[in-house]
Amino acid sequence: MRVAIIVFPGSNCDRDMMVAVEALTGRRPALIWHKQSYLDPVDLAIIPGGFSFGDYLRCGALAAHAPVMNALHDHAARGGAILGVCNGFQILLESGLLPGFLAQNKTLKFVCKQTNLSVEGNAICELTKSLDINERLHIPVAHNEGNYFADAETLDSLESNGQVVLRYAKDETGVSDNPNGSANDIAGICAANGRILGMMPHPERAMGAGHKSADGKKLLQSIFEAIIT
Amino acid sequence: MQVTIIIEKKPGVLDPQAQAINQALSSLGFDDLQDVKMGKQITVSIDTDDEERARYRAAKMCEALLANTVIETYTIEINEPS
Repeated sequence: MRVAIIVFPGSNCDRDMMVAVEALTGRRPALIWHKQSYLDPVDLAIIPGGFSFGDYLRCGALAAHAPVMNALHDHAARGGAILGVCNGFQILLESGLLPGFLAQNKTLKFVCKQTNLSVEGNAICELTKSLDINERLHIPVAHNEGNYFADAETLDSLESNGQVVLRYAKDETGVSDNPNGSANDIAGICAANGRILGMMPHPERAMGAGHKSADGKKLLQSIFEAIIT
Repeated sequence: MQVTIIIEKKPGVLDPQAQAINQALSSLGFDDLQDVKMGKQITVSIDTDDEERARYRAAKMCEALLANTVIETYTIEINEPS
């Protein structure tokens, strides 16, 4: 299992992600500095959370043009697996690897809390196919721009293609746990080929052993299982 | 040649900051306030004397980086030399 974690100036979840990946795979992932213009063959590339380039201009806008992104586009074109978490999700959107935009939270507040997530039953995402769709996942979010937006046509196609992977879950009374105003309660989407997953919640912060939940571990485990098989 | 680029949210895109400004102005008694938009202004200097060329290059910059056309529109104005 070869995993690369892309590091930008301002990334701050790279170390947590590295520890999470090593705990699950037994192998330390490579940390790849953004100025590197090539990527050795990897089974999974991860763009971690943080504030790449200080969130200047728009979150992820400057990182989307870093030298390493050409290599990541090549990796994606070969059908390579990519996971983007939080700022990593924003970078995937800015670079066009996933559709849509993450706008500022509706409340205008940075939100840092545990969220309840539902796994979509019809999702075509290959990376999460072993997740139990009847189970709620408890994974925290921490962001100021997590309000997923896309035009009506894009939203429709995401929904009908099964590209919505994770949603903020509704409770028994039908109230959604949506912390940011995200369209259709979207917390995570995948590319049309099911090999690129972008999500706002931080699985590396829900690894059990001192964390409030171990559901992030389940999610990452499902990705590694998908890649091995 | 100096060019001013104005970037605004597309109509229909939620702009929580503009809404907050709208509410604050209303609570200050500006009851004739109809709408608030908030955008960005970026000024760039481009090495050319040709206005068409400057507009073309500025538009390229907007498409490549400065605006996210999923949610934003941009307008380009040529600054009069001072």
